[in-house]
Amino acid sequence: MNNFQDTQDEGERFRHRLLMAIFVMIFFFCLLFANLFRLQVLRTDYYSTLAEGNRISLIPILPNRGTIMDRNGVVLARNYSAFTLEITPSQIDNLEQTIDRLAEVVHIEHKDRRRFNRLLQESRNFETIPIRTQLTDEEVARFSARRFLFPGVDIKARLFRQYPEGTLAAHAIGFISRINEADEKWIKQVDKESNYKGTEHIGKVGVEQRYEFELHGITGYEQLEVDAYGQAVQLLARTSPTPGNNLRLTLDAGLQKVAEDSFAGRRGSLVALNPQSGAILALVASPSFNPNLFVDGIRFDDWDELNNNPNKPMLNRAIYSAYPPGSTFKPLMAMAALTQGKRRPEQTINDPGYFNFGNNVFMDDKVGGHGVVDMMRSIVVSCNTYYYTLAADLGIDGISRFMGSVGLGSEVGIDINGESKGILPSQEWKRERFRRPEQQKWYAGETISIGIGQGYNAYTPLQMAHAYANIINYGRVYRPHLVEAIINPNTGEVRKIESEPVRQVPLDANHVNFIKRAMARVNKEGTAARSFIDAPYESGGKTGTAQVYSLRGQKYDADRVPEELRDHAWFIAFAPVEEPQIVVAVLVENSGFGSQFAAPIARRVFDYYLLGKQYDKPIEVVKAVEQPGENVRVTAPRGAEILEGDTP
Amino acid sequence: MTPALIKYRLLKLRAHLDMPLLVIVCILMVAGLMTVYSATYTSGGTRLNNQAVSMILAFMVMVAAAQVSPQNLMRFAVPLYLLSLVLLIGVALFGVVVNGSRRWISFGFTRIQPSEVMKIAMPMMLAWYFHKSEEAINAKSFAIATFILLIPIALILKQPDLGTSLLIGAAGFFVIFFAGLPWKAMIALAASAGAAFPFIWERMHDYQRRRIMTLLDPTSDPLGAGYHIIQSTIAIGSGGTFGKGWLNGTQSHLKFIPERHTDFIFAVFSEEWGLVGSAFLIFLFFCLSVRGLMIAANAPSLFSRLLAASISMILFTYAFVNMGMVSGILPVVGVPLPFISYGGTALVTLMLGVGILMSIHTHRVLIKK
Repeated sequence: MNNFQDTQDEGERFRHRLLMAIFVMIFFFCLLFANLFRLQVLRTDYYSTLAEGNRISLIPILPNRGTIMDRNGVVLARNYSAFTLEITPSQIDNLEQTIDRLAEVVHIEHKDRRRFNRLLQESRNFETIPIRTQLTDEEVARFSARRFLFPGVDIKARLFRQYPEGTLAAHAIGFISRINEADEKWIKQVDKESNYKGTEHIGKVGVEQRYEFELHGITGYEQLEVDAYGQAVQLLARTSPTPGNNLRLTLDAGLQKVAEDSFAGRRGSLVALNPQSGAILALVASPSFNPNLFVDGIRFDDWDELNNNPNKPMLNRAIYSAYPPGSTFKPLMAMAALTQGKRRPEQTINDPGYFNFGNNVFMDDKVGGHGVVDMMRSIVVSCNTYYYTLAADLGIDGISRFMGSVGLGSEVGIDINGESKGILPSQEWKRERFRRPEQQKWYAGETISIGIGQGYNAYTPLQMAHAYANIINYGRVYRPHLVEAIINPNTGEVRKIESEPVRQVPLDANHVNFIKRAMARVNKEGTAARSFIDAPYESGGKTGTAQVYSLRGQKYDADRVPEELRDHAWFIAFAPVEEPQIVVAVLVENSGFGSQFAAPIARRVFDYYLLGKQYDKPIEVVKAVEQPGENVRVTAPRGAEILEGDTP
Repeated sequence: MTPALIKYRLLKLRAHLDMPLLVIVCILMVAGLMTVYSATYTSGGTRLNNQAVSMILAFMVMVAAAQVSPQNLMRFAVPLYLLSLVLLIGVALFGVVVNGSRRWISFGFTRIQPSEVMKIAMPMMLAWYFHKSEEAINAKSFAIATFILLIPIALILKQPDLGTSLLIGAAGFFVIFFAGLPWKAMIALAASAGAAFPFIWERMHDYQRRRIMTLLDPTSDPLGAGYHIIQSTIAIGSGGTFGKGWLNGTQSHLKFIPERHTDFIFAVFSEEWGLVGSAFLIFLFFCLSVRGLMIAANAPSLFSRLLAASISMILFTYAFVNMGMVSGILPVVGVPLPFISYGGTALVTLMLGVGILMSIHTHRVLIKK
């Protein structure tokens, strides 16, 4: 019985446990089902996206970068196809060794390696880096035969940027170079990342930089189905790239060349613009550089040379370097006085050769003075004393208000980066510029030298050309610009860059005409007359000399000091006097009087632009003679010595 | 042999087959063949043929096993266990190292994995032991049973093979559980297991720890240990309710799922058949195990009861552990999906188990008579 009872109990317990087991199974299978429900119903969209992401690989197809041409269609930047030898560092263990082996197949110089290493440091992950560019056909064949020995090394046909005119207008055109980390950050910031997948170059300077997004185009894509090993299985879809827009510049390549050649390698700059539209016809910063060097990552020695060149070829003097305007400030001062009613043209002063202000004596250049001087004569002979008194009458507030209104002391808005504001002195400026209270105060004596363009003020050649264009144009202000039109290469559609005035300065036409006449007389009988002998057109101009006050910021180099101390020569001119078509501001560093070197450059620019005339010989610098009104430092050393190679 | 005799023999063979089990297993194997085909046809090769051959072989093993009465089966229990144990010791001493684990023993012409044999030997041995001591099952007999269980597990853990030792442990545990292990003992066991965990963790191999850590957060190692789970959950999740259709699973055909014809085949199936297909598969496994437990409920002897219940629960465990790991709720242990995954050895072992279930069911009537 007992035994039977036990068996009964045992059977009962066993069945009980079987039932439990079934419940346990139900529980766990429900758990499994719940999890599957979560994955396959609730989150299926999320996982589908991931699965598609696994499956589909987007291979970017690079668009052709837009070309850049001058106003007449001369090509300044274009693309050409060439073979490069490229290494994918992520696929190679020992780079050094691989490059050593490659060097046995193709010619690899030390500088190629240095450039490669620099690019490697700047590179984004997973990209390929060129070890050699522009392979010869023979090298392509030699490598191709040994291709299997070099996994991770490939020959690629790529489009390269080329600047066929070399150094011509390099500061305006700029260049493209490989994308570095900073560029990448910026691309991310402006949310253009997807369009730059696969893009390896980006505009770094000039128009190439500012119009990057116009020139770049829209990256196309190949949608490939790939397997887990990245092997393409099939092509799903293809979106063709849209080529970048072409740019037509306002620059005139011929004029640019005439202007650059006139500098003959001297440091200086020139801005020529059309006062009736703001179109920049020539933008010279001399010396220039070859932008082609940068396209594929500049070689170390090339970079070294550019960087250590005391003439600083990378410096865009036309828009960045500010110089005291010297006597070129005088017509602006006269205009300010007329506009603010502080002088009438016929009012005269008697110039004894100096001007007393407080305890200071301000000297005129001409010993004994110019005698009786009215406004016309003050410009033609560049009389300092006239402008000392004028400055005193206008006061610093009056001067800075007028100069600000014609565009000095602020960015003019040119369509390339790197513009500086210059220095337009005012009481406010001095308060902000200096720390110590006694320095922050503006002293009336300081206003006097401002009157002749010395002292605290400094402007870029671009600003000076802009300010004169604004006045000559009766106060209509156009934004100076380098790009005339953006052209869609597919449709041919042309988008013109605005040439409408951006604002109007209230100027009296009679006053403007007076200043124009005075400047015309400067070129006929005044300080620049010699440079404009026999010109078949009437032009106006004004010479100026900017003193080099200190050597701050310059490397001390005993051999150069005398030259470095020489004054900068200014010349600002426009032509023809009736309906001016061109305004030019020329600055030649450390070359002495404006009339001596700067004015002949303007003459050549005008002759080319207005007459199509070109000169074969370099400019002959006339032996300098003492010229009135150019400098207050009567006893200071003069740029009377003639620069090497200048004399005939 | 006369046709009549052949017919008689065939009828006798068929008499020991269980129709519900047969139908379920056949459906599962057909699903398995289709999925193996889907997972392998792009890579070419002969896997589908191999699997078909294995299935025929396994089917014959099942039919054969179904003919052997439980009484005869019981006679194999001790020798089979001892043989497996000897082989496991042999592995520990002279085993072949594959992928960092010493799991195989070589006999020159072939290699075998004794732990695989132990999967069947263990429940048989324990069922035999409880059957023998049926008259007086007490604390001492549970202790001895535990000892019988732990020796091979220790050897397999040493190989190291965590997955197999857990499964064999589960198989043994099911026998002990159905033999009537008191609840108090079970709670004590669970508590001591919990207490021992830090010690076990300490002794685990790095890859084993990593698998557990990866389960908790697969994204912590997306290209290493987490890759399997990430890719299989993507496959399952992207399958959606109705799946992408047979042969249309992108995750599997583009080779994103690793081990897609073996341990991770459920991801391939689930991607192509969706939640509906997966639910059907779960239902089949549930029916299989429930049928097995019903057989256990009606089995006449303690040996057959315990063996049938244990085998049923093992089938459930394999299915749950595999699907659980592939869908990301269990750590990755090397457990194939029963009847679906590619691989002959596992299939033969499983069908042997199904054959034993059938035998227990069909010999019941004879005993009653």
